[in-house]
Amino acid sequence: MSVGTDSEVRPPRADAPRESHARGWRGPGWGFLVKLALMMVVNAIGILAIVAAYNVESWFILGVLAVLLLVADWIYFARRAVPMKYLYPGLIFLAVFQIFTLFYTGYVAFTNYGTGHLGSQQQAVDAALIQDEKRLEDSPSYPLSVVRDGDVLGFAISDADGVVSLGTPEQPLEPIGGVVVDESGRPVEVPGWEVVPRAQVLGNPTLAAEVTSLRVPVSDDAEEGSIRTREGSTGAIYTSSLEWDPAAQTLTNTETGVVFSPDDRGNFVSPDGDRLAAGWYVGVGFENFQRAFTDAAYAGPLLKVTAWTFAFAALTVLTSFGLGLLFALIYNDERLRGRKILRTIFILPYAFPAFMSALLWRGMLNSEFGVINDWFFFGADIGWLSDPWLAKFAVLWVNLWLSYPYWMLVTTGALQSLPGDVAEAARIDGAGRWRMFRSITLPLLMVSTAPLAIASFAFNFNNFTIIYMLTGGGPAFPGASVPLGSTDILISAIYQISGVAGGRADYGLASALSIIVFIVIGVISALAFRQTRKLEEI
Amino acid sequence: MSSVSSTTSAQAPATATVERRTPGRRRRWWAEVGWKYPLAAIIVFYAAFPLVYALSAALNPRGSLAGSSSLFSDVGLANFAALGGTAYWTWVTNTLVVCGASAIGAVAMGGAAAYAFSRFRFRGRRASLTTLLIVQMFPQTVAFVAVFLLLNALGEVVPSLGINSKIALICVYLGGALGANTFLMYGYFNTIPMEIDEAARIDGASHAQVFWQLIMPLVVPILAVVGLLAFISSFGDFILARIVLTSEDNWTLAVGMYQWVSNQLTSRWGLFAAGSMIAALPVLVLFLSLQRFIVGGLSAGSVKG
Repeated sequence: MSVGTDSEVRPPRADAPRESHARGWRGPGWGFLVKLALMMVVNAIGILAIVAAYNVESWFILGVLAVLLLVADWIYFARRAVPMKYLYPGLIFLAVFQIFTLFYTGYVAFTNYGTGHLGSQQQAVDAALIQDEKRLEDSPSYPLSVVRDGDVLGFAISDADGVVSLGTPEQPLEPIGGVVVDESGRPVEVPGWEVVPRAQVLGNPTLAAEVTSLRVPVSDDAEEGSIRTREGSTGAIYTSSLEWDPAAQTLTNTETGVVFSPDDRGNFVSPDGDRLAAGWYVGVGFENFQRAFTDAAYAGPLLKVTAWTFAFAALTVLTSFGLGLLFALIYNDERLRGRKILRTIFILPYAFPAFMSALLWRGMLNSEFGVINDWFFFGADIGWLSDPWLAKFAVLWVNLWLSYPYWMLVTTGALQSLPGDVAEAARIDGAGRWRMFRSITLPLLMVSTAPLAIASFAFNFNNFTIIYMLTGGGPAFPGASVPLGSTDILISAIYQISGVAGGRADYGLASALSIIVFIVIGVISALAFRQTRKLEEI
Repeated sequence: MSSVSSTTSAQAPATATVERRTPGRRRRWWAEVGWKYPLAAIIVFYAAFPLVYALSAALNPRGSLAGSSSLFSDVGLANFAALGGTAYWTWVTNTLVVCGASAIGAVAMGGAAAYAFSRFRFRGRRASLTTLLIVQMFPQTVAFVAVFLLLNALGEVVPSLGINSKIALICVYLGGALGANTFLMYGYFNTIPMEIDEAARIDGASHAQVFWQLIMPLVVPILAVVGLLAFISSFGDFILARIVLTSEDNWTLAVGMYQWVSNQLTSRWGLFAAGSMIAALPVLVLFLSLQRFIVGGLSAGSVKG
């Protein structure tokens, strides 16, 4: 292709500079200005985020943000790193939301992160101090008003010297000026805030409950306690009966004198073995993995879940591949009229969004009102989704309905691209139909479809949507102490155990199971790709 | 199969007019072609009856699962009208925002990355391609616990990147944008001759001009396919959307409609059916009309089931 014809074929667009860069002004043009504007926005947002990270003392996030921002500025203003200009935005998202989460899963798998162990030791100390707060005997109470700014509730309170301070659950008390107080010392006008009349506080039960549970810290230090109110007009300082000794790393109950010291499991424990509710997370080594395999509560159900996961993924691929290929072979026939319409109807289930199909089948398989029992089983009361084996069958049946069109599409395409001469040679050699299919069509087909079959296996291995939407993992294992059921696959089991949707959380165990899934997928992919290469050599 | 047809049609012309309607030919026609029609009827029933049933339930004004077994016994638009009284349209908007933004982002990032890999020879190119291939094998959904914890931490710094933010969900989806799409686009970019770029370079175009004004218009077909696949995959995602979006007015269709039927399946059946008709019809039409292009994209990488 010559240079001349090419520039004739594609004349410069109207919005592009008509003059070529070689002859015109070589300085920064429109593109540069756009880039400058974009980078200004990026820098502004980045710096705002860095300041926010500084304010909440998230040093790790602050560091990452700063590095990302500096690298971005370098990449887009330096002349050298041209490929990086195109890769960088995608790489950031890939690094933060995929690679980091992968490694973070690995890290969490070796900790006891979960309910009761939710943060650092300092956070656990603060939580313990807050949980244990009581009003001290004979402590003074001060006039107080409830204030509101939009959804945020706070307290304005006058202290013994008449200084008015204001705070919210997020923002500790700070003195505030320009406040008008009534004769009893209660603030009645606070600049920037709406004072909630006392009658309104008392008259509205939800608001009253909110107000009585409101806790406004006196300062950033959890040990100094907080302001609380019982009736919305006076407030008192509540302090913890626990005392934190940073040097000895112990919490002491000032009333009983019991000393809670940290143990290696992330708990504060007294000599008598009493444990504070708030803990922090610590590394526990391979304990989560061990628990998955040996703990009586988990090992049995998880073994069944794992076996079913493999069976489900393999059977889904086999049945849908088989059915799809069969239909493709049958209907890839030029003598057939209306092939196009037939094919369009055949693939309807694939074009219908999968989560809706699963919910639709859930209703159709309902044992009481479902159309399946009504139409095909004369109104019998068959518990498609409540019997362990029928539920497994139903899951496979629905997934077959969902995915055979995919295989029909793929294998039709592959069949049409098979070389005709090989088939002809085989026919001349006297091969029958079955022989030709076995020895020529199928092996040639497998070269292009085997990688897809493996990908499909991996996909169904983690096909959370269909399981969760159709059966919710149920019916539950009888007598098991964990919330798992006979159609649960590993990922839905991880979902149940993790507690991200509520309930008791066990991020450590859930992550350990995720790691096991990752390993399984990795091994399968590696083996499969080697096998595919062998197929290609045929 | 087609080979058989060519032999029969090759023999046919000599005797065609005479033998067309003889019993022998008819028997052969039945053995080779005819039986496929009754079988097709069975498959059509298997494929379409759940959807026809859903349509009938959507039009049935009674709206509960119990009375919807007889097809089209009672037709009305009550269920569609009732959708207006629910959060359904909010969910539709949310879904369009989240899936649209992540599809556009996926196309932009994937396209830029594919351009870089296809047009530049830089150090670490092979290694990064291999890394991408390995990373994309490990699905993001399995790491959902880590995603949840990460968003919890990010939300303390920037609330719009935390739990219950649509932007956060879009970011999570974009995290998978590079791995899933780069290879699809990389192959397509490679089919565009380098000479085009070189000619433009000689004329003094910068790399940005080459990218935006030359390459991007030429790769529109693959951009459309990737955009559509990204849209469909985020449209169908449940687990990440369920974890990230916690309040009802932020839900996407997948989360919202699950909540409808998981608890009150039997009573909100008509609503669900009507909602699914509205949500699925555009996808259905789009899918069927773009079938040819999507099949290419499917066999090149993405899978649904």
